[in-house]
Amino acid sequence: MSEVIVITSGKGGVGKTTTTANIGTGLALLGKKVVLVDTDIGLRNLDVVMGLENRIVYDLVDVVEGACRLKQALIKDKRYDGLYLLPAAQTRDKNAVTPAQMVKLCDELRNEFDFILIDCPAGIEQGFKNAIAGADKSIVVTTPEVSAVRDADRIIGLLEANEIRNPKLLINRVRQDMVKRGDMMSIDDIIDILAIELIGVVPDDENIIISTNRGEPAVTDQKSLAGQAYRNITKRVLGENVPLMDLNVSEGLLAKMKKLFGIKPA
Amino acid sequence: MMDLLKLLGLKKQSSKDVAKERLKLVLIHDRSNVSPQFLEMVKSEIIKVIQNYMEIDEDSLDIQLTKTNSEDGERVVPALVANIPIKGMKNAGR
Ligand SMILES: Nc1ncnc2c1ncn2[C@@H]1O[C@H](COP(=O)(O)OP(=O)(O)O)[C@@H](O)[C@H]1O
Ligand SMILES: [Mg+2]
Repeated sequence: MSEVIVITSGKGGVGKTTTTANIGTGLALLGKKVVLVDTDIGLRNLDVVMGLENRIVYDLVDVVEGACRLKQALIKDKRYDGLYLLPAAQTRDKNAVTPAQMVKLCDELRNEFDFILIDCPAGIEQGFKNAIAGADKSIVVTTPEVSAVRDADRIIGLLEANEIRNPKLLINRVRQDMVKRGDMMSIDDIIDILAIELIGVVPDDENIIISTNRGEPAVTDQKSLAGQAYRNITKRVLGENVPLMDLNVSEGLLAKMKKLFGIKPA
Repeated sequence: MMDLLKLLGLKKQSSKDVAKERLKLVLIHDRSNVSPQFLEMVKSEIIKVIQNYMEIDEDSLDIQLTKTNSEDGERVVPALVANIPIKGMKNAGR
């Protein structure tokens, strides 16, 4: 049975696209057949995060308008077996697609793929409605900030109102050093407020930016802490019970050496 | 030790505690906005109970979510405030 999972947040810039790219690539690395669907029409990003921007011919709007066949628009990622991208249109707007068309598209994709991951745009308007229309499940991404958590709460309410039950929470960009000194809400604080099940925590990690620069998702980088976090989350998506990783190792090797030798970090 | 410092006003509340409190308050409002029926439900239940004892002016009954200071005066907490004009007592209340 294939699953359609929407990755959403309300607030922009909290890590939806990064999460879609990493979980999708992670699932493909574990042998699943996966398609990533970018529904951020007009502001497409997933293609560059995946490093596939030069291979786009057709897009999501072309498919729903019947300008091409679905198969023609799917870009096969040659690096990872079983991974495909359906890019968003860049020169159209969110109203170029309807929720009913998205339901039809998702059902068509179910015939070919184990996982259909939908990268949702920011906001709660048409783009959001399109993104959730065909979804069975959802992952709500937030960062440990008041505005992001507030928006996540709103989104959780809207998902439930649209009968997408049991949304899972992904807390991104956690800085354990700030949590320790009481300057960032902890995982428990956020779960306490949002009261939904956690699917994982991703540390704030410069490797995310480096890997995005290269167009190679961090999940493939064995040395990156965020990559490890995304590998764990991928397994949880598959139903495995993986314990939360220890974020305390997040300080760099240099900082640890300095501590060891009693040198105060600069 | 931490609490003593806090009592003496020597230690500032951590920024994450401030964040958490502000969030809790703002979400009470957001969530009640998501379901405007909520306050109406509370209102009609309250009317039902009070009418067993008093005659009240249902039309000018006012109930809303707001904030107030906690008992220890350290935090702002959400509060449900009801203003219920009484027209008269019922016999059962005597
Ligand atoms: N865990 C992280 N650590 C560091 N930077 C991150 C992390 N997650 C996301 N980012 C950065 O934050 C920015 C926004 O991320 P993106 O996935 O595009 O968010 P969204 O799709 O929700 O708008 C990007 O520049 C991305 O590289
Ligand atoms: Mg995005």
